[in-house]
Amino acid sequence: MEYPFPLQILQTVSADAPWTYLIFALIGFGFGYVLELAGFGNSKKLAAQFYFRELTVLKVMFGAIVTAMVLLFTMIGLGILNYEAIWVNPTYLWSGILGGLIMGVGFIVGGFCPGTSLVSAMTGKIDGIFFVLGGLVGIFLFGETVPLYDYWWQTAGFLGRLTIPDWLGLPAGVVVTIIIAMALFMFWGSEQLERIIGKRDMSREPKLRLYGAVALFAVAFGTILIGSPSLEQKLERTTFTREIGIEGASIKFSAEELLANRLAQVSPAEVYHTMFDNGLITVLLDVRPEADYNLYHLNNALNVPLAQIPTVVPQLQSKHSPNTVYFVMSNDEVDATAAWRILVGSGVKNVYILEGGLNNWIAFFGEDDPEITPLAGVNTPEQLRYDFPAVLGSRYASCYPNPQKWEKLEFEPIIKLELQRDQSGGGCG
Amino acid sequence: MTVATKPQKKSFDWRAFFLNRPKKDYIHPYLGGFLLGLVLFAAFFLTGNGLGASGGLNRMIVAVQDVVAPAHVDSNPYLLKMAGGDKNPLDDWIIPMVFGALLGGFVGGWQNGRLGFETNKGPQISTRTRWAMAFAGGLIMGYGARMARGCTSGLALSGGAVLSVGAWAFMFSVFAGAYALAYFVRKLWL
Repeated sequence: MEYPFPLQILQTVSADAPWTYLIFALIGFGFGYVLELAGFGNSKKLAAQFYFRELTVLKVMFGAIVTAMVLLFTMIGLGILNYEAIWVNPTYLWSGILGGLIMGVGFIVGGFCPGTSLVSAMTGKIDGIFFVLGGLVGIFLFGETVPLYDYWWQTAGFLGRLTIPDWLGLPAGVVVTIIIAMALFMFWGSEQLERIIGKRDMSREPKLRLYGAVALFAVAFGTILIGSPSLEQKLERTTFTREIGIEGASIKFSAEELLANRLAQVSPAEVYHTMFDNGLITVLLDVRPEADYNLYHLNNALNVPLAQIPTVVPQLQSKHSPNTVYFVMSNDEVDATAAWRILVGSGVKNVYILEGGLNNWIAFFGEDDPEITPLAGVNTPEQLRYDFPAVLGSRYASCYPNPQKWEKLEFEPIIKLELQRDQSGGGCG
Repeated sequence: MTVATKPQKKSFDWRAFFLNRPKKDYIHPYLGGFLLGLVLFAAFFLTGNGLGASGGLNRMIVAVQDVVAPAHVDSNPYLLKMAGGDKNPLDDWIIPMVFGALLGGFVGGWQNGRLGFETNKGPQISTRTRWAMAFAGGLIMGYGARMARGCTSGLALSGGAVLSVGAWAFMFSVFAGAYALAYFVRKLWL
């Protein structure tokens, strides 16, 4: 079974389906409308946050975050919403922190943030209009100056699609509950500040807010009880569409069906061919122990032993372009298949297994290396069935077969590129 | 005999329609947060994307640059990503969202009698100073937002709700930057 949400067609707008524009416009309408109702079109109300007189900004922001968060993670836990298909802003720690500090300065000097200034300008606030104009100039200046420090900006503290549950190693439900507890504590603290510094009569605050707090906590505990879908469950929900046969009928395969039909295993010839495809970025993930890797590995292969595969998932999910194809390989297929299940279950797209593993690779291209001789009588799986004269890593000829010699290879193509959500798909991206 | 009197035709008073509505109070912050949370949830649930504003402005500027100086755009890798070749920088979901937000803000202000030209400022500064500061603050904010790859809505709010580590680090930085400077610019607001 697939995840019903988010809707595939609403990944972005498309002229083929003009109503998609309307959906995004409606969401934007709600956004601007609520910002206005909450008073975010008024710079004095926004700036009051920073003098502890009225903490509306904090209450609205954290109120929105915890409301959306608890609903989202309930849906994710119930298997209705696919977390992997949701845009999680990739972490660029240092440019994010520096940019954040700069924005904080802009906030207290100018009295708005970009979204609120739009609302303010639309309701006729002249300071809002000036802020929008300044913002446009600032955005323009960034585009003109970023080439000067592009390398830093592209790499500073880059950690990929790192989520707090991944980072802390805690279940999402627990993190959600902790954040809600933190937010409620901050709400309480804000009310104390408003009472003491802002001299507000808190007895007139609606009692409903206490029930709201209890309800939030109840739903948060619910997310702990539901739990997050396990890797196995996520794998079960992954489907692949393939055109099969001469008629090219589209058939949906589950992950296990894809493996059983040998549609995830790619022959050495096709792997080799893909390395030279300029339209694709090929990433070779060698999941064997380091000793085997040092003995013999393909040119440009990265050694990520099977046990460490889950730790590289966040990087793979956001670092690479949508046209990246991953090949996992071990000596045979057992470990590579296990790695494949982890990667696919985690939502990484375009992952394939080197058919027959490195043993098969050497069998196919090994004539380039007469000094590598077959070992007789090795039948245990995931063992190298060859004898190597020296530990040469990728310096054997067959680690990077001669393109002139192997130019014409015939194979049944297996790879079908599935497009990932584009990197720049983020809200402000 | 009665003379049928024609009712006097009154022209529609546009000014009153937009500007003279009774002014209402802002909604309670927790209610505002809850409603904004519902919008944010709907955005993620339906589309997989959060909310955003500055990214849309960015794309509009790049679109103008692409018309005025296409060769310049093609020599700047940052701009190239949005407008290189036959790419249209406006062909993105953030554009209808920004227009929706503009309209939503306008309707919210109209409905509650909050439309009207005015300048919100602290009592100690002149209107002109406030305008200059708003422009300067906007410029700083715009620059910082692009450096951080998102603004308060697109990164802090959206990324915060889906538990992005970078979004939370960013959010605390914004508050830290503003609080650190607040005392020194208190004349602007208090």
